[in-house]
Amino acid sequence: MTAHSFALPVIIFTTFWGLIGIAGPWLVPKGPNRGVIITMLVATAVCCYLFWLITILAQLNPLFGPQLKNETIWYVRFLWE
Amino acid sequence: MGSLFRSEPMCLAQLFLQSGTAYECLSALGEKGLVQFRDLNQNVSSFQRKFVGEVKRCEELERILAYLVQEINRADIPLPEGETSPPAPPLKQVLEMQEQLQKLEVELREVTKNKEKLRKNLLELIEYTHMLRVTKTFVKRNVEFEPTYEEFPPLERESLLDYNSMQRLGAKLGFVSGLIQQGKVEAFEKMLWRVCKGYTIVTYAELDEPLEDPETGEVIKWYVFLISFWGEQIGHKVKKICDCYHCHVYPYPNTAEERREIQEGLNTRIQDLYTVLHKTEDYLRQVLCKAAESVYSRVIQVKKMKAIYHMLNMCSFDVTNKCLIAEVWCPEADLHNLRRALEDGSIMRMFFNGRYILLLMGLFSVYTGLIYNDCFSKSVNLFGSGWNVSAMYSSSHSLGEQKEMVLWNDSVVRHNKVLQLDPSIPGVFQGPYPLGIDPIWNLATNRLTFLNSFKMKMSVILGIIHMTFGVVLGIFNHLHFRKKFNIYLVSIPELLFMLCIFGYLIFMIIYKWLVFSAETSRVAPSILIEFINMFLFPASETKGLYTGQEHVQRLLLVITALSVPVLFLGKPLFLWWLHNGRSCFGVSRSGYTLIRKDSEEEVSLLGSQDIEEGNRQMDDGCREMTCEEFNFGEILMTQAIHSIEYCLGCISNTASYLRLWALSLAHAQLSDVLWAMLMRVGLRVDTTYGVLLLLPVIALFAVLTIFILLIMEGLSAFLHAIRLHWVEFQNKFYVGAGTKFVPFSFSLLASKFSNDDLA
Repeated sequence: MTAHSFALPVIIFTTFWGLIGIAGPWLVPKGPNRGVIITMLVATAVCCYLFWLITILAQLNPLFGPQLKNETIWYVRFLWE
Repeated sequence: MGSLFRSEPMCLAQLFLQSGTAYECLSALGEKGLVQFRDLNQNVSSFQRKFVGEVKRCEELERILAYLVQEINRADIPLPEGETSPPAPPLKQVLEMQEQLQKLEVELREVTKNKEKLRKNLLELIEYTHMLRVTKTFVKRNVEFEPTYEEFPPLERESLLDYNSMQRLGAKLGFVSGLIQQGKVEAFEKMLWRVCKGYTIVTYAELDEPLEDPETGEVIKWYVFLISFWGEQIGHKVKKICDCYHCHVYPYPNTAEERREIQEGLNTRIQDLYTVLHKTEDYLRQVLCKAAESVYSRVIQVKKMKAIYHMLNMCSFDVTNKCLIAEVWCPEADLHNLRRALEDGSIMRMFFNGRYILLLMGLFSVYTGLIYNDCFSKSVNLFGSGWNVSAMYSSSHSLGEQKEMVLWNDSVVRHNKVLQLDPSIPGVFQGPYPLGIDPIWNLATNRLTFLNSFKMKMSVILGIIHMTFGVVLGIFNHLHFRKKFNIYLVSIPELLFMLCIFGYLIFMIIYKWLVFSAETSRVAPSILIEFINMFLFPASETKGLYTGQEHVQRLLLVITALSVPVLFLGKPLFLWWLHNGRSCFGVSRSGYTLIRKDSEEEVSLLGSQDIEEGNRQMDDGCREMTCEEFNFGEILMTQAIHSIEYCLGCISNTASYLRLWALSLAHAQLSDVLWAMLMRVGLRVDTTYGVLLLLPVIALFAVLTIFILLIMEGLSAFLHAIRLHWVEFQNKFYVGAGTKFVPFSFSLLASKFSNDDLA
């Protein structure tokens, strides 16, 4: 019942994970662990962003809708809407 | 970082150890297991090495400890194995330990010997008592004696019966009595009869209880015998025969009083012996118990000491500086720790061990829960669902729009158990949920239909990206090993193969997500069918995803088909061409190739930088030519196997990533079961009994959640993720070749008691 835009979440999440994955490595202090920490940041950013992106793309144009029991329909109609 | 792509880079280091502190340094190194020692004294026999005396001493100590352990085990005393492994003993303690152990050994041996002697004595006395007791009955019985030998002439029989009459005849009657083993009785008798021809009478009886043989320690049955004979010569013969058959002969008392005296004397002696024997055994047990407390740690200490001396024997002794020089292999990453170990011997810090991986896995699991919108099998509605149920009712639409739409009203809803929302109706679907799966799917009965399709596609997409990344990492390996030709002849065809087939699959998936929607859902083609048809070229023309699809697919197939032979034959042919001096294409650099057949080591010692800059074009594959023989068949075979493995592996490994979907589904269903079978049952009951029921239900729910979902499924997810990394991902690039690193480490010594080690 809430209208969701597509562009806004994309922008927000892309910037968020982009900051972590692209800007983060520049901020890691020099030390023996620098390589591993950078690998961790980039891998986390890539994996998490990809995960979220696939999820939202899969729901962008649904080919079929949820099948609800009539009790659920009644409940959703009166409590959520 | 290279150790992620291939085997660990090692370095060869020289350690200068001062003679005084060498032992302690090696002890610290052994505790950590950082280095592998090279044997610098290979030409020296083990008897001429510097520390051979110390090694012998350790072996002597090991022998004593083995004897101790044997005795302790024989006495059935429990041997405690300590929790921690004690460090190697400092040199000053060693002499003390040696003295202690030697004293202990001597004492033990003495006490054991004494004990054995006493036991033997005791057994002999016991046998004598038995013999006296049994032969008493013989003498009584002899009055009504029934002869066992038919061969005796009746005249002699009668006279033999009457001892008194024989004595009157003046013949000397002698007796030999003793014990003989059961198995030898018959033979003994026969021998006696054959030799003495009736001048002896043998009486024997079986002893009821089996006795222990003092010599062998076996428990066997004995027979008491009494031989009476006339004449001295017969006596000698009888005695010799007794000796032959290993009888235990005891002096036979002539009169009854003598017998009584002897018996009394024997009884007292036996009592005394029992007491003494008990005391000896107690003392022995005490000694062994005391030794058992420290035996385990001594064994470990001696083992470590011996290992240290073995390693010290591998070092060379520098007389001028009075220090020992050791050459060790050490991983480059551990050099820092090696220095610190030599300085202060503290425990190395480990940066990333298991608990951090599990922590990161836990955090990612929370994120995954957010995306799948699954918290204890319930969804969280943070932003409001994108699906609008009211829009399905006819009351939400004007009459004009209602044509061609199947809409609901109250009676429709009341009379149909399940109804499906239709996204093609305007207003029903209002946009994708911004973070994760829309919460309405949790209420839907066809939830799995949607989720399965989504999760499978996600697994495949993640898998193909992972594997492509792996192939790209392989390029770094090829650059490291200076084999650029591998990039063009192996990595690029691999990438093309993967991307043209599976990259196109990803493209089709995303294209279908973006382009097809509810209005066109009826004509939306199945990705799987399209993918299969890409290879089969079916006769019937299907609609396809987009225009021009056949041409694009044909082009991709051509590229794939071209890249496969390049993958199979490119590298072997290139190397063969190089080996023939690049003669095929008119480029003659035979002069260079002759020089370049030097070994790698010499090149690096000559200041490799300059040579390599100048001969950069020669780098490609010249290192391959270090060996004189060029086995084309082997290279071809290796490359063929690699190519087949890669091509077939692409398909099977992609399917293997579907375990991400499978585990997710299993976990979700388990969670659902716990909710439906436990919590819902507890929450449904009305308040009177509900509270009482809910408490155990919540306890059970919590226990099952933690043990099954968190621990079991968590570790299962951990394991499958590691499997995907190590097999599907690292198959594409990892090279773990080289020599196996065997560090000097005490942890590689067996820390349990095993007789093979001590023997």
